[in-house]
Amino acid sequence: MAYAPTEEQEILARTARELLGTQPVRRLRALRDTHDPDGFSRALWSEMARLGWLGIAVPEAYGGAGLGWRDLMVVLEELGRCLAPEPMLSMVAGTTALLLGGDEAQRRAHLPAVVAGERLLAVGYQEPGSRFDPTRVATRAERAADGWRLTGEKAHVLDGHVADWLVVSARADEGITLFLVPRAAPGLGVERLWRVDGRGAARLRLEGVRLDASAVLGEVGRGGELLGRVLDRATIALSAAMLGGMTAAFEMTLAYLKTRMQFGVLIGTFQALKHRAARMYVEIELARSVVTAAHAAIDDGADEAQVGRLGGAAKARCNDAFLLVANEGVQMHGGIGMTDEHDIGLYLKRARGDEMTFGDAAWQRDRLAQLDGY
Amino acid sequence: MPDLDAFRDAVRRWLAANAPPSMATPVRSNEDVCWGGRKTTYPPDVQRWLAVMAERGWTAPTWPREYGGGGLSSEEAKVLAQELARMHLRPPLVGFGLTMIGPLLLQVASEEQKREHLPRIVRGEIRWCQGYSEPGAGSDLASLQTRAVRDGGHYVLNGQKVWTSYGDKADWMFLLVRTDPEAKHAGISFLLMDMDVPGVVVRPIRLISGASPFCETFLTDVRVPVGNLVGEENAGWAIAKMLLRFERTMIADVFKERDDRSRLLATARRYLPTGTDGRLGDPLLRDRIAQVDLDQLCLDLTLARSRERLKAGQPPGPEASIFKLYGTELNQRRRELLVALAGPQALGWEGPGFDEEELVLTREWLRSRGNTIEGGTSEIQLNIIAKHVLGLPD
Repeated sequence: MAYAPTEEQEILARTARELLGTQPVRRLRALRDTHDPDGFSRALWSEMARLGWLGIAVPEAYGGAGLGWRDLMVVLEELGRCLAPEPMLSMVAGTTALLLGGDEAQRRAHLPAVVAGERLLAVGYQEPGSRFDPTRVATRAERAADGWRLTGEKAHVLDGHVADWLVVSARADEGITLFLVPRAAPGLGVERLWRVDGRGAARLRLEGVRLDASAVLGEVGRGGELLGRVLDRATIALSAAMLGGMTAAFEMTLAYLKTRMQFGVLIGTFQALKHRAARMYVEIELARSVVTAAHAAIDDGADEAQVGRLGGAAKARCNDAFLLVANEGVQMHGGIGMTDEHDIGLYLKRARGDEMTFGDAAWQRDRLAQLDGY
Repeated sequence: MPDLDAFRDAVRRWLAANAPPSMATPVRSNEDVCWGGRKTTYPPDVQRWLAVMAERGWTAPTWPREYGGGGLSSEEAKVLAQELARMHLRPPLVGFGLTMIGPLLLQVASEEQKREHLPRIVRGEIRWCQGYSEPGAGSDLASLQTRAVRDGGHYVLNGQKVWTSYGDKADWMFLLVRTDPEAKHAGISFLLMDMDVPGVVVRPIRLISGASPFCETFLTDVRVPVGNLVGEENAGWAIAKMLLRFERTMIADVFKERDDRSRLLATARRYLPTGTDGRLGDPLLRDRIAQVDLDQLCLDLTLARSRERLKAGQPPGPEASIFKLYGTELNQRRRELLVALAGPQALGWEGPGFDEEELVLTREWLRSRGNTIEGGTSEIQLNIIAKHVLGLPD
């Protein structure tokens, strides 16, 4: 497996850093305080589309660049560094669902528009009380003469407040099934949620949402399996963003240790802080290894169990490491770290938001144990 | 590579003809492995295996032929290692001569010293030990006090070394001595000392885990010829550090063993109830197993990343400093978990009521506490990372 970035990936990273360098973390405060309905910048999203970022791992036939997940990782990491609230993760999850489960007509209908930045996707799979388990689906899908009726509630749908199309799981008689639901579908209610980490999300109410037969994504009754594969990949994408976030938070803290004076000396001279900084560094390096390996596993066509295992390992690692770095970051900044004015607190909030997305560390470890038969 | 293929054929034929069949049985303990030396008598097959391999210089395959080595290229040495592994043959010789002082002498010793010591290491005639730490010089190694005072053609040594691994079985010691009491780092010299001379007393140390290979070595008016000085007088610290790097790589290698995962699961299955769903009945211990497994995976992947950098000709990245720190702590967590899984059956010390596996598990747990102390404590590793990787101020 190749860990070292290719020349192309280095160029991609440089471009990303140049563009995102103009998008400071502090814009999150403005989006929050003005109650921006989108919660992100449409202008930046268009620019990202123009640069080809939205279709990095999408085949050229659907308007993408046909590159790999290692390339995608580079951009996700840079977005994570500046806590970009743009709906990139939902874009990755949605396009992955279409690529893995969609038929040719569905792919052609959606992927080019998504890659061009003209259409936003979101995936709704959690429900009140389902916590992180994608197989606990109470939402019903019933057959009707002209297609399907969906009834139920979806919780914590990341970017659901802006999505033009939603991938929604529901239980049919045959089992869990995925559906492509347009925002304008009759009977669909979307309620914006305001999260602590500044990311937009929604609660969906499905009151007999009418869908025609072509709305089914993949096979009827086989949506649980498909959803699992989609979530494994989305989890890997999220871990790349988390890696970027923890790296930036650590660099910020390290810089503070090298400039802040107390007792007449730099606080970075204190061994009590040095050793903790060194431990954070170790955790981040370990996270980088597993996150890279997980992306490479998708590119290398590893089997589903291996992708799931590495994805779970990457997420479990990043959950703990990001929270450690963010908590320590606030602590080492002292009083200023507790103020809304300082950016380190925004990283702490994101670490928590990311942790609760696609399963916390304990949940991921339990999944790893299950995959390995204990 | 037709040349390599021909070499492989030759190696294969030669090994088949010369390796005693008993040397293809698994190594069960340290006693099964030949460390060489004047003080241990090995079984006849072990001696014969050492003799035939040493004859060709294949105990030190890549060392130059003029010093008794095999003179093989690294590709040829790899072929030899592969063939030994394929035939499940034990290494003919192990020890600090081959892994530590030999490679160091090749780099820094005088021609005369190389000719005197290297062939005897290759043949397994001399077993070496390391005299670095002292009662007052642990993490702060450079504060060592063992004095070496020049007296004609000799240095006269007085002092005490501690944590001398296999000091009671070794024939020669490479050691650090103070030749200038006024300077700290710049007052240290690197000496080679025959241990079978008057004034050297070795005493084994008993650890919390029981018997151990560690010893303490007392030196009283020991006379060492000036010709046994490696490098210049008072310039031993740089040599000492070079050797420490050999040691740390060796310690990291120890934690590459991969049978531990199946051992964790087998231990868990043996002592824990199984739930109705077939999973281990204790969710907390299950979580700890998954965590240790995850930690090992991440460490392995980081090692692979580091090896890839080395192969690409890049210098070892800063991640190399992680291995000693994280590998040893992970090993401790694994040993603690094994004890937790075995429950009260991990309380045995000796005698009836506990099987061999359980007694070993208990002692391995105790022994593992030393992993984060020996070869540079975890605190020293954290200092190194903070200073050299993160650039934090002194």
